[in-house]
Amino acid sequence: MHKRSNEPFLWMLFSAGGVVSAMLMPIHVLLFGLAFPLGWVDAPSYEHLLALVRHPLTRVYLFILCSLALFHWAHRFRFTLYDGLQIKHLNELINTFCYGGAILGTAVAAYLLWRIP
Amino acid sequence: MANRITLEVTRYNPAHDEKPRPDTYEVPLRKEWVVLDALNYIKDHLDGSLSFRWSCRMGVCGSCGMMVNGVPKLTCATFLSDYAPGPVRVEPMSHFPVLRDLVVDTSDFLVKLAKSKPWIIRKVEKPLDEEYFQTPEQMDAYKQFSMCINCMLCYAACPVYGLDSLFSGPAAIALAQRYNLDSRDQGASDRLDILSHHEGIWGCTFVGECTQVCPKNVDPAAAIQQYKLTATMEWLKALVLPRGAE
Amino acid sequence: MNNPTEYLPRSYHTRVSTYWWLARWAYVKFILREASSVFVAWIVVVTLLQIRALTRGPADYAELQNSLRSPLLLTLNAVSLAFVIFHAVTWFNLAPKAMVIRLRGKRLSSLAIAAPNYVAWVVISAAIAWILLRG
Repeated sequence: MHKRSNEPFLWMLFSAGGVVSAMLMPIHVLLFGLAFPLGWVDAPSYEHLLALVRHPLTRVYLFILCSLALFHWAHRFRFTLYDGLQIKHLNELINTFCYGGAILGTAVAAYLLWRIP
Repeated sequence: MANRITLEVTRYNPAHDEKPRPDTYEVPLRKEWVVLDALNYIKDHLDGSLSFRWSCRMGVCGSCGMMVNGVPKLTCATFLSDYAPGPVRVEPMSHFPVLRDLVVDTSDFLVKLAKSKPWIIRKVEKPLDEEYFQTPEQMDAYKQFSMCINCMLCYAACPVYGLDSLFSGPAAIALAQRYNLDSRDQGASDRLDILSHHEGIWGCTFVGECTQVCPKNVDPAAAIQQYKLTATMEWLKALVLPRGAE
Repeated sequence: MNNPTEYLPRSYHTRVSTYWWLARWAYVKFILREASSVFVAWIVVVTLLQIRALTRGPADYAELQNSLRSPLLLTLNAVSLAFVIFHAVTWFNLAPKAMVIRLRGKRLSSLAIAAPNYVAWVVISAAIAWILLRG
């Protein structure tokens, strides 16, 4: 009897990250990446953003967004490297880079969100 | 419409050839002809040594799968005139070893299909004189996946199958799901053990080409994603209830 | 076929090309969809940089805003926008395939499951924009 794989866990993270990045990223990029820098709308003031980001709910929101999006990237990029570049024999290196990167990013996000004054 | 068309057909004789190469043949272009008719014309009139598989010539046996201009097709269901003025490239199905000309070695698929246990599994057998009752809704649950004719076009279309020898492949997983969803079946956990093994289903990245080329609208891509969800639910259940309810 | 004999020589194994994904438009679209994940990761980086700048003070934040106005970053973020929208659309269109939901015996169509996702997308995006812009 085969040992059941733990891929389901990684797939769950990938799926959750997929939903979160699909729902939230477009508006984030539209505003912060284009609308505010190009002046299409008035950018929110420093004070307003700081007040927003201080709120515990915002911090949780941003943590979930950043962490899950990174795990979504990790899983998808891992398979892209396997199939796109056909380097599946390097799978241990790839997995470390991808999921390790996501874990690192999650830690950085947690730290930054914790340290908001 | 011209009345002739050129076919570039892969030839490979393992006794003489180092690798497959195309030969060119000119065949009549008849309005009602399919690619299979052209191949039979070649074999009957131009080159009797051409080898290829076919049987029912009506799209139900799954024997005549080949690549037509790079796309996996049933040659009995692919009209020659659609490719006018040609030339038409006919090659053996991708991702399978080539035995001879257009004939491929399908044993890998058959092994993987068997692993899916594509039959009704019962934990508790019913006596022979007792029927199974199944409502239309219950049949509807698995019917689409039961239409598979094992033609392997989905395997020829799937890049993951081409790259990963451990991947079970679209049809094998769709057929596993066909039995899992059948109300008469009690073998879902048996199949899960085999398929949830690393590359069984998890190699799939939902390219979706398998569904695009399927001649019977089985939608194997959907079957695989549903199976991933099922496998994930089972994984969670096993986590929460280790000795869990069967 | 593992045992070639004198009368049944070895079969021919065609190696899959490194550029298999360029052979068909469907494969190219697939790889682009997968590549969108890289831009998703990039946006996370930008977001983290913004949080860090906010923590450090108005001067740092203003400096980051300036960098975001540079042609390089504007282009990169415009491309990122295209990719994350492509990700969102392909995600909402494909996710229903995994879900079999039956209502009164009939299976819900893909559209019936995708549509609420699109609605949620618009509503959530509007809510976020409102929260950011009202200050």
